[in-house]
Amino acid sequence: MEKDQDKIISDVTTTEYKYGFYSDIEMDRIPKGLSEEVVRLISAKKNEPEWLLEFRLKSYHHWLTMKMPTWPNLKIAPINYQDIIFYAAPKERKNTGNIDDIDPELKKTFDKLGIPLQEQKHLAGVAVDAVIDSVSIKTTFKETLAEMGIIFCSFSDAVKEYPDLVKRYMGSVVPYTDNFFATLNSAVFSDGSFCYIPKGVRCPMELSTYFRINSANTGQFERTLLIADEEAYVSYLEGCTAPSRDENQLHAAIVEIVAEKNAEVKYSTVQNWYPGDKDGKGGVYNFVTKRGMCKGENSKISWTQIETGSAITWKYPSCILRGDNSTGEFYSVAVTNNHQQADTGTKMIHIGKNTKSTIVSKGISAGRGQNSYRGLVKVLKNATNARNYSQCDSLLLGDKCGAHTFPYLEVDNSTAIVEHEATTSKIGEDQIFYCNQRGISTEDAIGLIVNGYAREVINKLPMEFAVEAQKLLQISLEGSVG
Amino acid sequence: MLVINNLKASIDGKNILKGISLEIKPGEIHAIMGPNGSGKSTLAAVLAGREFVKVTEGTVTYFGKNLLEMAPEDRAKEGIFLGFQYPIEIPGVSMVNFMKTAVNEHRKFKGLEPLTASDFLKMMRDKKELVEIDSKLANRSVNEGFSGGEKKKNEIFQMAMLEPKLAILDETDSGLDIDALRIVANGVNKLKRPDNSFIVITHYQRLLDYIVPDIVHVLYDGRIVKTAGKELAFELEEKGYDWIKKEIENTVS
Ligand SMILES: Nc1ncnc2c1ncn2[C@@H]1O[C@H](COP(=O)(O)OP(=O)(O)OP(=O)(O)O)[C@@H](O)[C@H]1O
Ligand SMILES: [Mg+2]
Repeated sequence: MEKDQDKIISDVTTTEYKYGFYSDIEMDRIPKGLSEEVVRLISAKKNEPEWLLEFRLKSYHHWLTMKMPTWPNLKIAPINYQDIIFYAAPKERKNTGNIDDIDPELKKTFDKLGIPLQEQKHLAGVAVDAVIDSVSIKTTFKETLAEMGIIFCSFSDAVKEYPDLVKRYMGSVVPYTDNFFATLNSAVFSDGSFCYIPKGVRCPMELSTYFRINSANTGQFERTLLIADEEAYVSYLEGCTAPSRDENQLHAAIVEIVAEKNAEVKYSTVQNWYPGDKDGKGGVYNFVTKRGMCKGENSKISWTQIETGSAITWKYPSCILRGDNSTGEFYSVAVTNNHQQADTGTKMIHIGKNTKSTIVSKGISAGRGQNSYRGLVKVLKNATNARNYSQCDSLLLGDKCGAHTFPYLEVDNSTAIVEHEATTSKIGEDQIFYCNQRGISTEDAIGLIVNGYAREVINKLPMEFAVEAQKLLQISLEGSVG
Repeated sequence: MLVINNLKASIDGKNILKGISLEIKPGEIHAIMGPNGSGKSTLAAVLAGREFVKVTEGTVTYFGKNLLEMAPEDRAKEGIFLGFQYPIEIPGVSMVNFMKTAVNEHRKFKGLEPLTASDFLKMMRDKKELVEIDSKLANRSVNEGFSGGEKKKNEIFQMAMLEPKLAILDETDSGLDIDALRIVANGVNKLKRPDNSFIVITHYQRLLDYIVPDIVHVLYDGRIVKTAGKELAFELEEKGYDWIKKEIENTVS
């Protein structure tokens, strides 16, 4: 029986990362290390206005007073910030919106990743902003969207073209003092996506940002700001990959979402950063602050995440439910295989009356993977009739991996109803054999079972990406049987 | 199609099968009977390829190939089907998805294209009728929350979908009411062809009223101690196993 288990485990833990290639693109990199000069240099490279440089410097000086938190259930090798390149951009290329201005090597890279930079008819349902290392290189369907008043562009462009919107909302959900990595991001953020949906507009296509780390020793610090004005609706998706490298790479992003009255934002992530090799060497440190503010009444923000990559994932996409009757949702599947670690979950802060939140978290651990769910449900004094339902499931493959659950509850209003359910299950040898006996290989059997387990979350993804996510889940767990 | 020669096998170092020889020809139905714990399911497990049963001696040849070297999924695709004594529940995996994967794996093995969704659903419908299985079961997760009898019917349904050459049915009749028993037996009879064979493991002669075996074996303490025609089943039903035990003790001493 031992043998069987071992075989299953070794089968699923010998995975190859498909996106590990490196593209030889001419890059403009600044020297390694972090200092006030570096912050000024980044700002200068981007021709930023004075107010933004001030924001960066303020953040940098605050960051110097902070220490990396130690509360997560993670083992993290010390990070040497003087060893990281904080800005790298493909040379001489700007996001002009014209496909011909893009380096053919870059185009090839995104082709290889399956990301359309051309506005293809059959992909008309998705608009893409492609970010490589520190800059956005192409945003598709900009004009089509502009006709409806929708702004979808790189963060840098937004700073230049819509400074008032950026000034008004940037840092309003994640203040520059928020936490160690958010503060670092506020000082050195490079690029990212900006999106504004005006009053009463339902965005007719999926908006998506595709993040790619390419250069070595480079940190990726992107910033995304999404604003849905009153009665607006948008569904947004981000995807991420990186080359396979032996050293760890830092990714510390910020995503801020604001939903005004009656607005709805769906934010989906398919995170597939390089996870490191099977001995735990290399991989991306994914330390991200994502937070949404349901500002107006009846607003709704829903996070869906499929986390399969990264050596370490540390993130808690959260909702501040300020508007009365507002709704927050968090649907998550996090896979840890080999030596991957994840400490992820959400915070639902109920401030308004009749606010509702739903949390569905599905952890999958294989190999020596460690998966922790950490969730806070907080109901403030005035939040009468707040409702929360949390469900945290863990699925284990083998007995060298671990699953942990840390639910925190702070309820200051007696009318609140808060429910929490948790289960832990194992993929049994019997289940695998039953599949084998029907002609299904062990890999496919695990794929079937895992996808069945994660279906509730996968179903929340936009259709186009659900299939992709399913494949990704299977790939991240399966290996060559032999 | 199947030749078992002096097969010995153990579980956790304990000898369970102690030298089994058996030959099954195309079109034959063999019944295996025998007291609890005699090794019937263990024999089925060896044939299906469960790793925890260690073969210590003997050979198993299936269509001229060494069966014991084949991976369980390959045995399945080569036409061996095991109807489990205790079917396994797989929460979250729908029967439709499960069967579609299985059927298409079988097709791929034969060099055929996967079935289209509509062809597959039509096949499901046809086979469901054939084995009179409740359509609702097919929309649920594999065996999850199925009653004992439903699980057994579901095994027959899967057999009908996969059309095996050699089906091993391990106590598929246990826990079935009379109607279900008839359905299961009818399922088997409808699937019977001159070129496929069955091993039917059972404790009850009444199943053999419906599925008429060519040969009946009695497995006792890891050995086949008696092989005869279908009349043996009646004798066992009437007299139990004691007389066989006595016979063996007499020959041993
Ligand atoms: N997984 C296992 N681990 C340990 N012992 C086992 C295991 N499976 C079977 N055995 C033992 O092997 C022997 C034969 O069991 P087997 O299940 O083959 O009997 P059977 O003839 O099918 O009985 P029944 O009529 O009750 O189904 C029994 O003594 C049983 O306890
Ligand atoms: Mg048995």
